Amino acid sequence: MSHPDVPALVVVVPLLTGLLTALALRGRWAWAAATLSSWLVLALVLDLALAVQHAPGGVVSYALGGWAPPVGIEYRVDRLNAFVLVVVAVMGAVVTPGARLGVEAAVPADRLHLFWGVWQLCQVGLLGITITGDAFNVYVLLEIGSLTTYTLVAMGKHRDRRALTAAFQYLVMGTVGASFLLVGIGYLLQVTGTLNMADMAARLLEPETARASGRTIRAAFSLIAAGVCLKMALFPAHTWLPGAYAHAPAPVSALLASTATKVGVYVAIRFLYGIFGRELSFERLPTGPLLLVCAAVAILAGSLLACRQRDLKRLLAWSSVAQIGYMALGVGLASKAGLAGALLHLLQHALVKGALFLAVGALVWRLGAARTDDLGGLGRRMPWTAGVLTLGMLGLVGVPGTAGFVSKWYLVTAALEQGLWPVAVVVLVGSLLAAAYALKVIEPLWAAPEDLPPPAGAAAWGGRESPFSSLVLPGLVLSALSLGLGLGLGGPAQGLALAAAEDLVPARGGP
Amino acid sequence: MEWLRLVPYWVYVALMMIGLYGAIARGNLVKKVIGLGLFQTGIFIFYISLAVVDGGTAPIAREGWEGPYTSPLPHVLILTAIVVSVSTMAVALALVIEVQRAYGTVEADELAALDAEGTEA
Repeated sequence: MSHPDVPALVVVVPLLTGLLTALALRGRWAWAAATLSSWLVLALVLDLALAVQHAPGGVVSYALGGWAPPVGIEYRVDRLNAFVLVVVAVMGAVVTPGARLGVEAAVPADRLHLFWGVWQLCQVGLLGITITGDAFNVYVLLEIGSLTTYTLVAMGKHRDRRALTAAFQYLVMGTVGASFLLVGIGYLLQVTGTLNMADMAARLLEPETARASGRTIRAAFSLIAAGVCLKMALFPAHTWLPGAYAHAPAPVSALLASTATKVGVYVAIRFLYGIFGRELSFERLPTGPLLLVCAAVAILAGSLLACRQRDLKRLLAWSSVAQIGYMALGVGLASKAGLAGALLHLLQHALVKGALFLAVGALVWRLGAARTDDLGGLGRRMPWTAGVLTLGMLGLVGVPGTAGFVSKWYLVTAALEQGLWPVAVVVLVGSLLAAAYALKVIEPLWAAPEDLPPPAGAAAWGGRESPFSSLVLPGLVLSALSLGLGLGLGGPAQGLALAAAEDLVPARGGP
Repeated sequence: MEWLRLVPYWVYVALMMIGLYGAIARGNLVKKVIGLGLFQTGIFIFYISLAVVDGGTAPIAREGWEGPYTSPLPHVLILTAIVVSVSTMAVALALVIEVQRAYGTVEADELAALDAEGTEA
């Protein structure tokens, strides 16, 4: 049995260490503190996930400050957010140690402690959004996560001033999105008189509430849906993402691509299924078809645009737009298999994108840039980095044996179950387009002629591999995890995703 | 006088829309920040209007007064949201200053032109 205060510590530990880092530590010590804190958080989250497995009803509830819910703020962990918490904590614990060299190259030495402080506060926001059972808490923690994210993206300014305009655009869109969410939560407060999510869901189910305030509930639904789409960067609200990921320092992109949008997807699932309920969201309102159309456009357009990019970070960013489309697809199918596919895709994309951005960070650290033109022959010069890139790209395509295949299999099965074959076609075409941009990266890595001259700016690095333990190893760990998942070793993760999906879409008699 | 009770809601919607227009349509980054500020202020007014209870006084316990009181919960929520809004303004203005230093302008169209040059080079 885990300690009863563990749910609070998941948020309190990075909050305290983050502030301590910014105030008291300097340089490399600040990074060490961030790493230790991320490992501590991972231990706490794993402990919590185990506790959820054994808890009655699969729910661990924690009353903050001893004020019992629904009046007090509740931290409520069920199988769904236990799954997402594990994803966020694992990514934090692997990306933070691998981020040191990349960050030291991007941020002046006298600002490092502030960077690592903000980095930990960003994780406070992401973990907090996921763990809380209070709707207003979601808004506040979302803003903590977002404000720190804008700052982290803007830190790319020392290498490329476009990071500043990208961060500003992200700020404007992010603030508008969060404000829509705030108004929507206000409408729900007006209708239900509560902020506790479980309580809200119960009151929304009462027939008289639905009759008397049907229009207010629909308005709240639209506002919250719009806000969440902006946060998770679903087409057509994706426009902030490519600039932000492309110009942020590579380690920041690795953290954000693998956690921030994933938490956005979680918030979408929580509000659609957990608060409004599947019946209101998908049977009384046309959310399903709308989500499927947006997701299909995101998948096709995102993959096509990724094919046209020459900058690797921008290519990966556009591919993220497409991959978020797959998750939205699973959410929009509104079936158990679809949701399980969305959750597994969330996990596999976090692992793969984290690994890819870390590998790109290793390239940037050596070459000063990462363009597809510069990749010629790197398979021989930097075999480990090139290996991580190759495995990651194959994972994005969803080649059998990678985790991407497993999640896409669930999605295609779920679509065919409902007779939605165009959705299955979209997944397949998206994967073919992914193969096109993956080849653009993989082919020059391994198939360049022997005597190819080293790329420009390579004089200084002498054609060597990046430092192994600090730059290459974290990417390898993530690749190994994703391979394990693909080869059928991910039983616990898959079981948790299926159980979470079953909690949200209870099995019913008939089709 | 039914319409009078709805005035705060009209003010909230109008402020939000003016703010949203400013944040999206204006080319000057500082004006975008002002737009965002208006947008969020509209939401504050909405929450404060939510709290009103007919005949209610300020939610401070008082001898010999059995109520009703206005609901204190939205007030507290909006205090938090004001703090969030102030922090957003601070980060936004800091970014605008950095943009001015790096580019020498805060006009969105000029920034776009400068960024496009950078891509070709």
